[in-house]
Amino acid sequence: MSPTRWNELLNTDGVHGSVYTDAALYAAELEYIWRTTWVYVGHESEVPRRHDYVMKSLGQEPIIMTRDGEGRVQLLLNRCSHRGNQVCTAVRGNASTFTCPYHAWSFGSDGRLKHISMPDGYPDIDRTAHGLAKVTRVASYQGFVFGSFAADGPTLEQHLGGALEVFDRLVAVSPEGEIEVTAGFLQHKVTANWKLMLENETDGYHPTFVHSSIFSVAQSGIGKLYGRDSAALSRDYGNGHTECDLRPQFRHLGVPMGWFGTTEGRLPEYVAKMRHAYGEERARQIMIDGTPHVMIFPNLFIAEIQLFVLQPVAVDETIQHVTALQFKGAPDLNRRMRQQTMGSVGPAGFLLADDSEIYERTHQGLKASAPRYTLISRGVHRERRDEGGYRVGDITDDLPSRGIWRHYRALMERAA
Amino acid sequence: MSGAGSVERGGTESGERSVGLEGAAGHDGDSLLREVEAFVYHEGGLQDRHEYDAWEALWTDDGVYWIPANGDDIDPEREMSIIYDNRSRIALRIKQLHTGRRLAQTPKSNLVRVISNIEIASVSADGIQVRANAIIFESAPRRDTLWGTRYEYVLRRCGGALKMARKKVVLVNNDKALPNMAFLI
Repeated sequence: MSPTRWNELLNTDGVHGSVYTDAALYAAELEYIWRTTWVYVGHESEVPRRHDYVMKSLGQEPIIMTRDGEGRVQLLLNRCSHRGNQVCTAVRGNASTFTCPYHAWSFGSDGRLKHISMPDGYPDIDRTAHGLAKVTRVASYQGFVFGSFAADGPTLEQHLGGALEVFDRLVAVSPEGEIEVTAGFLQHKVTANWKLMLENETDGYHPTFVHSSIFSVAQSGIGKLYGRDSAALSRDYGNGHTECDLRPQFRHLGVPMGWFGTTEGRLPEYVAKMRHAYGEERARQIMIDGTPHVMIFPNLFIAEIQLFVLQPVAVDETIQHVTALQFKGAPDLNRRMRQQTMGSVGPAGFLLADDSEIYERTHQGLKASAPRYTLISRGVHRERRDEGGYRVGDITDDLPSRGIWRHYRALMERAA
Repeated sequence: MSGAGSVERGGTESGERSVGLEGAAGHDGDSLLREVEAFVYHEGGLQDRHEYDAWEALWTDDGVYWIPANGDDIDPEREMSIIYDNRSRIALRIKQLHTGRRLAQTPKSNLVRVISNIEIASVSADGIQVRANAIIFESAPRRDTLWGTRYEYVLRRCGGALKMARKKVVLVNNDKALPNMAFLI
């Protein structure tokens, strides 16, 4: 698509409504975003043992994430190399072999073709050429496994860039320096374009309004974080990664575990382990700062106590996969993580049901022809750079959206 | 919250009666079943009509409202459920609905449900274990949804009336991606 066309779709202040609703553009996104950039697929802790597997997706591609016999994580496409039948239908399990039920071809947990039934029909077949297809590049950081279908391009570390440090910050909340994805996922479907979620995850302007119902009846400190007087910041790490950096506000309050709405006294076992692992001073800082709130382009949302994975299904359909974050060596913290997550997210969640309502209404609203553009100029006048050189703004500013669209355009301009 | 799993553990081995279950021993099987049926229909009607306070009043002080995800035998203390509310969280859910700003129920869904196959699985000191099936039709602004579910209750007699100590709602499609479900089911 020509730069002129993109100038029409994405002007400096806003986004043309069709960018969310045009099915042809969505098809181009599948190619130029989802089949190009690094996409989060799953976490290594979901396949802890050899031959464990779990069903995942990468864009619209069905993926079997396995740990092979040598302990490596593999991303295999769930399509028999013979006639295309799905070789795996279970959501998770442990199997050293996937046997296709159609003609009984079988494949190893590393994807290699192990067995052809009645092989005399293929006298010259090259078995090495007929394994399960694999995602072209696979890389992980702090246990988070990403895949890319592009043979060339930035490494995962280059793609994550400044946001790499966010993962270090996240795992530091575990006394053992690791997170685990072991609590199972809710799948929450919305009839709305995936980019509405991408933008909303770091929109610090909406909580006061969309979530006023729960903030007004629950003893929650979340509302204040996104208020006019909050010291929290919005940040654009580049490459489409954006953050609500709540640390300035938590540091202002200076209460260890305040980020989790509790106190050290309520989690004595966890606090003792943290002090032992990191020393008094560093443990105190970690427990004041809390976990990050960051949206990793295009589909991984680390939301302090939970993890969301966005799966695009159609131009107007997206599945939000969500689970509670679990910190290795912190059972008392993890129990509360699960309970709070269950209250907040999913089809009946105190927070996410209302967000999802807004996604769907917005998708419908954007089908109206005028005004042609949304407005994402909030806080342009107060954009500034942090010590790392990244753009930051006030917590309620549209700065994350502007960062997302800058990167989106860079990827999509390559579309014909 | 220890007892949420006890809906299954109660089992169906026998129709044992516990002398600890005040009042139950005074009924014959048919009249207890009729009383249970009346309770279940009444509860469903309150949900359909969004009579939040009357519904909340049906709970015992240790009530647990549980909607598992990914099957019917997960451990809600270890794995994600769609809802796993203790009594105070049930109260919070009702308070949020009462604000009038629960966007996912603004407007409220139009609901009608058919409840059937009501049976008493067992009667024990923990309460009356009841099973039922329900088909719920929801009309919401952008979609009509048919929800199919198995219900498992533990009912207890409190001051003469039956109350809910547990309600487990097993949606038959709880392993799939589901849209908003912010009404009481």
